[in-house]
Amino acid sequence: MTTNVTTTSNNTSVSRRQVMIGAAGLSFAFVLGAPLARAATLATERTGKALSPWVSIAPDGSITIMSAATEMGQGSMTSLPLILAEDLDADWSKVQVVAAPPIDAIYGNPGFGGMMYTAGSNAVRSYYLSLRTFGAQVRRVLLDNAANKLGVAVDELTTEPSVVVHAKSGRRLSYGEIAAFAQVPDKPPEIKPEQLKNPSQFRLIGKDVMRVDVPGKVNGTARYAIDVQVPGMLYGAVLRAPVEGAAPDKTDESKAAAVAGVVKMIRMPYGVGIVAETPWAAFQAREALSHSTTWTKSGKAWGFDSEKGLEDFAAAARDPSAEATEWSKSGDPRDALTRAASTFDAEYRCDYAYHAQMEPLNAVAAVSPAGDSAEIWCGTQSQTTAQEASAKALGIAREKVKLNYLLMGGGFGRRGPRDADFVVDAVLLAKEAGRPVKVMWTREDDVHNGRFRPLSAHYLRAGFDGSGKLAVYHHRLVGDRVTPSFDPVRYESRGRKDFILMAGADFGSYDVPHQLVEQLYRDTGVRTAPLRGISWTANKFAVETFVDEIAVKRGIDPVAYRLELIKDPRARRVTETVARMADWGKKRDGRGMGFAFLNYSDSLVAGAAEVSLERSTGKVTLHNFWCALDCGIAVQPDNVTAQTESSIVYGLGLALMERISIKDGAVEQSNFYDYLVPRISDVPLMHIEVISTDNPPTGAGQMATPLVTPAIGNAIAQLTGTRLRHAPFTPERVKKALA
Amino acid sequence: MTTNFTVNGRAASTDAPPVTPLLWVIREELKLTGTKFGCGTGLCGACMVHIDGKRAFSCQIQVSEMAGKSVTTIEGLSADSSHPLQKAWLAEQVPQCGYCQSGQIMSAADLLKQNPKPTRAQIVAHMSTNICRCGTYQRIVRAVERATREA
Repeated sequence: MTTNVTTTSNNTSVSRRQVMIGAAGLSFAFVLGAPLARAATLATERTGKALSPWVSIAPDGSITIMSAATEMGQGSMTSLPLILAEDLDADWSKVQVVAAPPIDAIYGNPGFGGMMYTAGSNAVRSYYLSLRTFGAQVRRVLLDNAANKLGVAVDELTTEPSVVVHAKSGRRLSYGEIAAFAQVPDKPPEIKPEQLKNPSQFRLIGKDVMRVDVPGKVNGTARYAIDVQVPGMLYGAVLRAPVEGAAPDKTDESKAAAVAGVVKMIRMPYGVGIVAETPWAAFQAREALSHSTTWTKSGKAWGFDSEKGLEDFAAAARDPSAEATEWSKSGDPRDALTRAASTFDAEYRCDYAYHAQMEPLNAVAAVSPAGDSAEIWCGTQSQTTAQEASAKALGIAREKVKLNYLLMGGGFGRRGPRDADFVVDAVLLAKEAGRPVKVMWTREDDVHNGRFRPLSAHYLRAGFDGSGKLAVYHHRLVGDRVTPSFDPVRYESRGRKDFILMAGADFGSYDVPHQLVEQLYRDTGVRTAPLRGISWTANKFAVETFVDEIAVKRGIDPVAYRLELIKDPRARRVTETVARMADWGKKRDGRGMGFAFLNYSDSLVAGAAEVSLERSTGKVTLHNFWCALDCGIAVQPDNVTAQTESSIVYGLGLALMERISIKDGAVEQSNFYDYLVPRISDVPLMHIEVISTDNPPTGAGQMATPLVTPAIGNAIAQLTGTRLRHAPFTPERVKKALA
Repeated sequence: MTTNFTVNGRAASTDAPPVTPLLWVIREELKLTGTKFGCGTGLCGACMVHIDGKRAFSCQIQVSEMAGKSVTTIEGLSADSSHPLQKAWLAEQVPQCGYCQSGQIMSAADLLKQNPKPTRAQIVAHMSTNICRCGTYQRIVRAVERATREA
């Protein structure tokens, strides 16, 4: 074993001010050789003079910009550096993007309290103003240096892409020329928001560019963690407990040990690990162990059955005496309900769902012989938690773990939880093996040990005044807890609020005076996490179906009814846009039309679904989906469209086919034969309009996902008069509902 | 036992046990990591390669079947991303996470070999072997159509 493991010298305690500018020497060359350990970018490391922790410029004019967000296909690795490049007035063709080192104090996400975490469709939103300011600061440093050199006043200078221009004398200095002699001040120049470019001056924001990660994705050169090899590396697999909290009890290792190439078997707190010379040997040994290992009955979920559990959830939701806590309230909803001239109530349910990112979870780790430092390679949504969880597993300081993060073959929330379970696997096995280990989960591991969108039951009540006007909205939500399971740290720091379960349970943009959302907390022990569309997928299924039911009951067109309730002009505009795009109101033979709208963290989005139904089988087909999205300034409009297409397809899976069920605490599904996801033949024609406005950018990565279930359900109701109340709408359920 | 075969026009050999799936030889021994592991059951298509000119799930082919065969992986489709499908994939900005796209392109290349002018329905039917979890399907159809026009 010859691998040298060294640690990063990154000091995470330095303040933002200290390192804001002039922090040269932040390079983070990889220990094990650049070609093997290259991070997920076009450049391996920054080159040229560091003009700020974010920007370096070389004499040849090439500009290196740090990317603080991780890339899972959403495009942030392009969008964030491009935002900085805008106010730097950089020539984009000269920009190279580099993965920022894991230093929270500099690169942390302002939207997540400064931890490095890419989730919630908030990278562009949260970094937007600061990145533009960082770009403008570097531009200002270049201008000051050019003014000095040319002996002119700085306000006589302007910039063109990567060039400082003195129009009076016709003299020009390229950014590369200036960088060669630039003096970098100790403190960055102050830039006020009004000194940033006006949107009408944008050269990059709002203009589509080639995403930096895309060329490598058509020729096999894009590097994911699963592609990493380091010298002396072994392969690892872990047979994990079927229930969280259980431990291996009795194991007969004889068959597994007989597999050629198996080096060692390692008892772990939550399973049995195997290290082997080849991946296939590790997987065969894992398979053998799966037939010869029993588990302790420790862990909460043993005995839990999701079908029965959901019945219990639903009963509690509709039982007014079942204890609930107030999630949100406006007006005087309880009193208003007792005074209502009439009421209407309805019930909805959602199953657990699985992320099914295409790249099974995996990581590579090397641990020093003394166990006091480590290097890891992984695809993670959070550099902070990947590094912290590894350090914790080894009982060492975070700074002793060198992190290399690569492209992710999908994330959808699975690669962000605090425990970083798949990274810890590699760290623990590498420590025991005394050699670097690449741990790969099989698809079956990935399903059985998933962290799911929670099981939930929703009981909704509306109260109307004497004139039939909607006056009260009441939503009782019984759901398996999420935030305490996937991120106990943020659960505590945010006042023990289960926001990953509850967000979006409110009435959103609908203007109703009295509103109450209540949570009935449940902890089944089943592992949960945010999943694309997060809590909006379940909660807006309930809300948008409920609104539709009320409209139908009152004999009002569902779009017209929504417009009665919506005041916000941006929300009205997306609603009206989709109605126009879909030719809403046109009769279609044998087809149903359904509508949905939501305000998803200030992104406004509406959709319409056109469906047909095969009554003999219960099979629903989605033919067309129209969608309009206003996410403020669309930084990369075509990518916003692509993300919306992607969101719709993901929503289609949750609407029609994706379902995890639990029996005696364990997951019943295993692979793509019993966990179905949309294929190309399932996908509708998608018609998307991105409404770019001058409002600050909000999220675009998952906004349409929650539209699809209610839009399809509402379309089925229009076609058949039958309401589908339990997602996903599998053929058996649809058939049963229609019977 | 050594098995000899050809990969991307070059001689290759492996001493892996005969039951080993080709996928792991390609990825970990030959270090051609463009071919991906997705499900291990021939259900997702991330591992798609060509064997003797026809597409095959490399996770479902054993080394014992490979003697004398010729394999093409995404790295061998063209030397410089110049295959009409690769160009079309860029023009339509198909990839998102990108993990499935090697397999998608290899499946599409197999289709165009058999049928240079497929209809939309033929494209959809042929490409149903391959899962894209990012849901880039609409762009995949557009890219295949573009490649048939521009090839």
